[in-house]
Amino acid sequence: MHPAPSVILFSTLSGLGFGFLAFLGWGAVQPSGWGAFFLWGLGYGLAVAGLMASTFHLGNPKNALKAFSQWRTSWLSREAWASVATLVLLAPAALAGIFGLGLPAVVGQVGGALALLTVGTTAMIYAQIRAVPRWHHWLTPVMFLAFALAGGAMLSDQTWAPMALLALGAVLLAVWRVGDGAFAKAGESLGTATGLGGLGVPSVLDPAHTAGSYLKREMIFVVGRKHAAKLRRIALALAALAPALVLLLPLGPWAIALAAVLHLAGALAARWLFFAEAEHVVGLYYGARG
Amino acid sequence: MTLLPGATEKLLGLVIDLDTCVGCQACVTACKGWNDAGIGLSDQDPYGADPSGTFLNRVHSYQVAVPDGPAQVVTFPRSCLHCEVAPCVTVCPTGASYKRAEDGIVLVNEDACIGCGLCAWACPYGAREMDAAQGVMKKCTLCVDRIYNDHLPEADREPACVRTCPTNARHFGDLADPESPVSRLVAERGGYDLMPGMGTRPTNKYLPPRTKGPGNASPLAPLLDVQAHGIAGWLDRMLGKI
Repeated sequence: MHPAPSVILFSTLSGLGFGFLAFLGWGAVQPSGWGAFFLWGLGYGLAVAGLMASTFHLGNPKNALKAFSQWRTSWLSREAWASVATLVLLAPAALAGIFGLGLPAVVGQVGGALALLTVGTTAMIYAQIRAVPRWHHWLTPVMFLAFALAGGAMLSDQTWAPMALLALGAVLLAVWRVGDGAFAKAGESLGTATGLGGLGVPSVLDPAHTAGSYLKREMIFVVGRKHAAKLRRIALALAALAPALVLLLPLGPWAIALAAVLHLAGALAARWLFFAEAEHVVGLYYGARG
Repeated sequence: MTLLPGATEKLLGLVIDLDTCVGCQACVTACKGWNDAGIGLSDQDPYGADPSGTFLNRVHSYQVAVPDGPAQVVTFPRSCLHCEVAPCVTVCPTGASYKRAEDGIVLVNEDACIGCGLCAWACPYGAREMDAAQGVMKKCTLCVDRIYNDHLPEADREPACVRTCPTNARHFGDLADPESPVSRLVAERGGYDLMPGMGTRPTNKYLPPRTKGPGNASPLAPLLDVQAHGIAGWLDRMLGKI
């Protein structure tokens, strides 16, 4: 699949933002005054920046409001609702923190749960797609939630954050291991795609078109897979291992900032791979696999 | 409305005969021509160095290595299959993508499309292409603006690809009616679904190429086994011994 920068930025930034907002909502950190303004601002900033980035890949964004209408079947529509509900529900919690007002803790707790639900709906947009076998697995939402939880724990300075980051590394390894066998396991081939498998072994004689097309650009992306192994090591090191180590250094808030920068770079690499390595079954018609 | 209508009264669709298709691309051209005039199917840099464009129907060609038989070339038209369980419909966030309850045709309401591309991702068959100029999703409409069009002569009230096919490899009809000509074709010829494992239950069916007889030996084959006689034969034996 084509790794569109806007989608990679969106899902990475908003995932981290909503993860952090969850911890703020649950009261895992309880900043006040300017500190609260800065931390809530960071959470909201990441989440909203991500949502804004997501509109850049729309071909026709003037209809964007209509995306709230089909929540009964569409995970993308559910994501729209969940994200807006989270941002609205957590607003009083943020204001209460900044201005030192009393607010029942349950508001933040529900908002925090909604933040994680939002990340889950983002993941389901990909996990629901059967035509991309690498994504169509329960590990996809697990990975998105692991990123949100580890990132949120890191930004909110939880003592167990290094463990969460290492757990994220383990999830990444599992995702790659399962994902590498997913296409073969789905059992589709040029034989099933054309139905000619019963006749013999089909292969591409001539391409349907020699020029480029939306399908080839969007679904049959192959350029980046060459460096996949290297990028996996980079993603694992930067997203999980390095920030876990940095958090143990006695640098105070600077350790969190440095860990966050490293983690974000690794998360972007991992998310780029999530798209670039995903193969769509339509590629079979073009001889992309067997 | 992205909830699937469930069982529809009719299942309008195509039956494509891979035995008679010759890969002439007339269906591709007719489709492009009709729908460009209707919904618009843009091209980018069509006469330049890097041409690209939106098509609702494309014809591939494959070679099939047949065990115990001559290899076969199969030309293969690919377009929307108007699936009963259309994954492109349910993923749509705006309701632009929908399946008609009356005849099962899957359509895009371009006025509601945001061009997110998720429906194209959800389709296993590559049936949807985003129009780069309009920023909205395009797909086969089964020529819904022809098949019900009273202003056209009756013979033209079928999809442009079917109307134009010079070998009658494309057939249009109601696949929900077991007595319809298309349903009988499917039954007689063993029509099948593409990628049934994807769980989409396509309406369109493909008829397999008929199995060819054993390959005829080449008329030149006897000449391949040359036996030398006389002096040439003696030379052949002597030189073989050295």
